[in-house]
Amino acid sequence: MAMRALVGCKRVIDYAVKVRVKPDKTGVVIDGVKHSMNPFDEIAVEEAVRMKEKKLVSEIVAVSCGPAQCQETLRTAMAMGADKAIHVEIPAKEFELVQPIHIAKILAKLATDVKADVVILGKQAIDDDCNQTAQMTAAFLDWPQAVFAAKIEKDGDSLAVTREIDGGTETIKVNVPAVISADLRLNEPRYATLPNIMKAKKKPMEKKTAKDLGVDLTPRIQVISVEDPPVREAGQKVDDVDQLITKLKGLGRI
Amino acid sequence: MSNFHHLVSRSGRTLLRNFQKVKKRDLQYVQLRNVSLVPELPESHEMLRSTCRDFAEGELKPIAAKLDKEHLYPTEQIKKMGDLGLMAIAIKEELGGAGLDYLAYAIAMEEISRGCASCGAVMSSHNSLYLGPLKNFGTKAQAEKFITPFTNGDRVGCFALSEPGNGSDAGAASTNARTNGDNFVLNGTKSWITNGYESEATVVFATTDKSLKHKGISTFVLPKPIKGLSLGKKEDKLGIRGSSTCNLIFEDCEIPKDCLIGKAGQGFKIAMMTLDEGRIGVAGQGLGIAQASLDCAMEYAEKRIAFGVPILKLQTIQNKIADMAMRIEAARLLTWRAAVLKDAGKPFTKEAAMAKLAASETATFASHQAIQILGGMGYVSDMPAERFYRDARITEIYEGTSEIQRLVIANNIIKEYSNKA
Repeated sequence: MAMRALVGCKRVIDYAVKVRVKPDKTGVVIDGVKHSMNPFDEIAVEEAVRMKEKKLVSEIVAVSCGPAQCQETLRTAMAMGADKAIHVEIPAKEFELVQPIHIAKILAKLATDVKADVVILGKQAIDDDCNQTAQMTAAFLDWPQAVFAAKIEKDGDSLAVTREIDGGTETIKVNVPAVISADLRLNEPRYATLPNIMKAKKKPMEKKTAKDLGVDLTPRIQVISVEDPPVREAGQKVDDVDQLITKLKGLGRI
Repeated sequence: MSNFHHLVSRSGRTLLRNFQKVKKRDLQYVQLRNVSLVPELPESHEMLRSTCRDFAEGELKPIAAKLDKEHLYPTEQIKKMGDLGLMAIAIKEELGGAGLDYLAYAIAMEEISRGCASCGAVMSSHNSLYLGPLKNFGTKAQAEKFITPFTNGDRVGCFALSEPGNGSDAGAASTNARTNGDNFVLNGTKSWITNGYESEATVVFATTDKSLKHKGISTFVLPKPIKGLSLGKKEDKLGIRGSSTCNLIFEDCEIPKDCLIGKAGQGFKIAMMTLDEGRIGVAGQGLGIAQASLDCAMEYAEKRIAFGVPILKLQTIQNKIADMAMRIEAARLLTWRAAVLKDAGKPFTKEAAMAKLAASETATFASHQAIQILGGMGYVSDMPAERFYRDARITEIYEGTSEIQRLVIANNIIKEYSNKA
């Protein structure tokens, strides 16, 4: 099949970090906090590498949008097996207000520029949990989409993607080029081997800006405030179901 | 009077000359210092550190207590480490290794040992002690047979130098190798052999010419199992219980002549050189145990309330934290310096000994303090502090006791200060 895969890797706060809200309530503390590749994007990179091992994919291009530190994320992707990387540099302050729609436009332009046959993204990022980028990217490209992928197989000249749905799973046939988003059970990402980490240093990394790609990053949202969730209240005990209903009615819950 | 003046000015000139000599030596070291005292690691090494840490936290930390309690050898984990390239870090890629430098090895050893010191022991013994002599002195044929199949974690090797009758006194090796036609015949017992049970090959030191004393020792490599080699009982150790330790008993064990590594009589030199390199690895292991102890103590001190506050707010605990952290940082810098010197092809014996001494004593100190900070909780196996305490102890003993390290350092210092022309 020999497709070219474009894989998105977002640099997010590490899942194990205790996230704290900034005292000025404009966001969360990111300075000095450990960041790593979004776990679902790791799964996406892993899938692309496995597809390359199965000869479905011939070249993997990893892309990350954000501040300079995204280059570390891209090196990790290359250490896992991506062949080259593109860093779309967006300064930290600007990046805080970037939304999936902006990223989707960037990815769509890049997919066309690099002549990608498949775009593989994580289903959502663990910082904003939007679950929008893959879908929007497909729309901008007017390509079919297979989101929440749990399995990707070759089906003649197309792909058979098994996706997670509310009732279980469904398998759909997707023509390429297509956009796929990776769900948790698609695979278990590998640890980068030591020789690959060293080899990643020599793999090419391109730098671009949103302007180069003709994408306007003007924010469409304004963050009013970011707060901690309310402290959990103590529960109340009732003697029987009738009391429960009375209480709930009294609180206006039913 | 004139004689006296003559003497003074001559000794004055000697002093000045020696001062200039020392300055020239220092200049070399100043240039190195810029490289070796870099506070941040190069990007690739930082990535390596990150990967090894993720691996250790995901694959080793969860099972370390079980391996220790049940004295289990970590077969699966060693295989996974092999897949990452950790079981042949400094071996050339053509031979199946990762082709990395000793700084990478030191970092990897620390991160792996931080997760599980037993895995660290298996890893360091295999990388430095077993692969070392073969890498530095082995023939191509020996490399094919005894290096390449041992690079991916499927097989490990071991190193047999110590005997029941001599540990620090390595030159007094009594295991002997006499010739019998085209073969050597080994007789004797080696003790305290790490990976003794699981290894499929061993590097052995035996006397080929007793009259030459320590210059009559030779190095051999042989496969296991082999006729004439039997294993003693598995030792019941205080710590690193996931790795096996036992005696190797040679009784008329016949091996072909091509099992000789290097030249006859080179054994002692090979052993010393191998131990020099190995010290950097063990220093890494000590650092890992010490760091794990500090991490454990910090996690506990954040949560434990005494006298109305988390105990990390109390001065006594803060003193301990500071001492632990400082010693770890100092030992780490010494370790990296030794590694960088070795990678640059410079003499590193003194620095390696300093690193091993510092890191091992820091490991015992830090794990001791970690138990102290945890109090009663530190004494029970529910928390890993007691395991770190037991694991740390070996680092001051194997690969050259702390006392031997001090002798090595002192001898190097004496040489530096001496007036040799």
